Amino acid sequence: MAVNRRDFLKLAGAGVGSLVLAAGHTEPAAAESTPEEARRHPSMLYDTTLCVGCRACQNACRNWNETTAELNSEGMYDMPTDLSGSTWTIIKLYEEETAEDADAPGIFSFIKRNCMHCLDPACVSACTVGAMQKSPEGPVIYDVNRCFGCRYCMVACPYKVPRYQWGTTTPLVQKCTFCFGYVQPEGVVDDKNRLAQGLGPSCVEACPTGALSWGPREEMLEKAHTRIKSAPGKYYEDRVYGEHEAGGTLQLVLSHVPFTKLGLPTLDPRPLPSLTDPLNWSVPGIILGVGGLMSAIYVNRSQAEFKTKED
Amino acid sequence: MATTTIKSSKQATLPVGSIILWIILLIGVWAAIVRYSQGLGSTNLADSRPWGLWIAFDVMAGVALAAGGFTLAAIVYIFRMKRFYPLIRPTLLTAYLGYLLAAGSILFDLGRPDRFYHPFFYWNHHSVMFEIAWSVILYLSILTVENSQLVLEKFRLHALLRIVRKITIPVVIAGIIISTAHQSSLGGLFVLVPNQTHPLWYTPILPVLFYISAISVGLAMVIVESTLSAKAFDRPVESHLLSEIGSWLPTMLGLYLLVNLGNLAVSGKLGFIFEGSLASFMYLAEIIIGVVAPLILLSFASIRNDSARLFQSALLVVFGVIFNRFNVLVWGQNGAFYVPNWVEFAVTAGLISLGTLLYIFAVKNLPVYTDHTPEPEQISEEAPLPAAG
Repeated sequence: MAVNRRDFLKLAGAGVGSLVLAAGHTEPAAAESTPEEARRHPSMLYDTTLCVGCRACQNACRNWNETTAELNSEGMYDMPTDLSGSTWTIIKLYEEETAEDADAPGIFSFIKRNCMHCLDPACVSACTVGAMQKSPEGPVIYDVNRCFGCRYCMVACPYKVPRYQWGTTTPLVQKCTFCFGYVQPEGVVDDKNRLAQGLGPSCVEACPTGALSWGPREEMLEKAHTRIKSAPGKYYEDRVYGEHEAGGTLQLVLSHVPFTKLGLPTLDPRPLPSLTDPLNWSVPGIILGVGGLMSAIYVNRSQAEFKTKED
Repeated sequence: MATTTIKSSKQATLPVGSIILWIILLIGVWAAIVRYSQGLGSTNLADSRPWGLWIAFDVMAGVALAAGGFTLAAIVYIFRMKRFYPLIRPTLLTAYLGYLLAAGSILFDLGRPDRFYHPFFYWNHHSVMFEIAWSVILYLSILTVENSQLVLEKFRLHALLRIVRKITIPVVIAGIIISTAHQSSLGGLFVLVPNQTHPLWYTPILPVLFYISAISVGLAMVIVESTLSAKAFDRPVESHLLSEIGSWLPTMLGLYLLVNLGNLAVSGKLGFIFEGSLASFMYLAEIIIGVVAPLILLSFASIRNDSARLFQSALLVVFGVIFNRFNVLVWGQNGAFYVPNWVEFAVTAGLISLGTLLYIFAVKNLPVYTDHTPEPEQISEEAPLPAAG
């Protein structure tokens, strides 16, 4: 279905979609958003203590986004073990074996992995052709028509989220879109865009235990901090993963085991693009500096030549 | 005349070599067919290892090795050390072929090679890769202008030749600017990934290290390539020129070592060198074999004045920079174990063969070696000049 902007604004005004301010995300995408701007951006909170690992989210994602099922060597449906070009979210299990008895249940935790939807994403900064975009509405989305497959986004992402379709001759980079769909031409809304239909992501809808919550980022952060306050010591370091990591993310995680055990890296609060932005801004300096220096040397040396010739 | 010597000698030395090069090229063509019909799944690249041999060797190392082009152009045209003129044409030709092959290998590595032109139309000025894409395209154009002299002279298009010679200086300066930008930016690509790069290779000044090492390896490649082609075409080695270039290398290598170790010391990462891990071993191998050893060897005039030993020392520098690019790009990055498969190796080998065959073709048919007296109307400010201070 195609929803035009006016229809969408009506829809948005009516439902949960009021989170999202506009739907046609072909406007020159915002390169980043500040935590202040992101307060009303749609956000997902995942709580490991509430997750039972049923993987309903994983299947809901596959069904809604129509990603192909992963088959084993016998051609039968098999459970994927990691994110891939056709698995945009996955539940993994971390388990600590107790030293005394290998069979006794140790400390364990599920972890749902998907795109973290950074406020200032490294992949967006890295993308040669601007195919990865930070939508003004918040989610990090992808333009299938721009991407030429350099895969710098995959190198750049600190969470190792973007995955490639290795098995085809016309591959795309694939990752969770927060059910916001791909970048569309002006005025067209992707029929995979659940946000435009006033719905939250399919994984949140499918979660039976409340391990996934969905709402504006400031509300999700408030909810997370309320949970931490009501049970001090229950959550690792009493903090929310994603609140400050690499400038903050729209995907937030509460965990009762160390985040690194769940494959979530320890990151500085500094947004990653701020590391490389000075490099590109130095180009005019290189042009003037190197150009000026070389011209000066040339003039100096050829004058010396001229003099020796005259003498 | 020198050209006649080349003609008579190449028949004696080249056929066996050429046949081998053609065979390697044909295997490469077969690998190319496999890659284009099956997609990148035909390689050992994977989600955990999105970049491999093609980016590390063909692009990163290849572009660094071709840095001799802008370095020698600066020495001859800007610093006016005209005695190096006999080396400029073969070096600029090698640089041209090097960049063409790097660009060619990108057509293998891109997931959608049919969209190779997208950086022209879709801009992201935040992207270091975007800057590199434009720089490489612009520098290829510069090298085309610089090498056009070979063709223009051959076909005696003197009006055009005069124009090309008139704009030599601005073109060379533009080439130096663009090379400075993209040689350093290739290192800049990894400034974005502090958490995935091993601390021994991660540093915000990676662009500086890439730039210094590119100049070093560019000079070393002038020695390697001149010695090899002298052998292949049975020409005398310009040994006094090469040994003078060799005498600059210890300074460049010393600067590299100083910046590299100094940076590790300042950021408190010296301990990683001796942590005994695979990474520390790789780092030590890279620094000792590729930097310290040639630095010491080339400090001795007796080694610099011996063509064979000068060649071997320069080869160490080349090895060191290739090793370094692999370390930064592959082994220094978090990710699964990776060894390139036959498709990746065959395409790379095929491209190198193609470059060598093109070089041989150019030397046979174009005035690459300019030890003949230039015709009177060719003499201008930038025309070949006799050895002088």
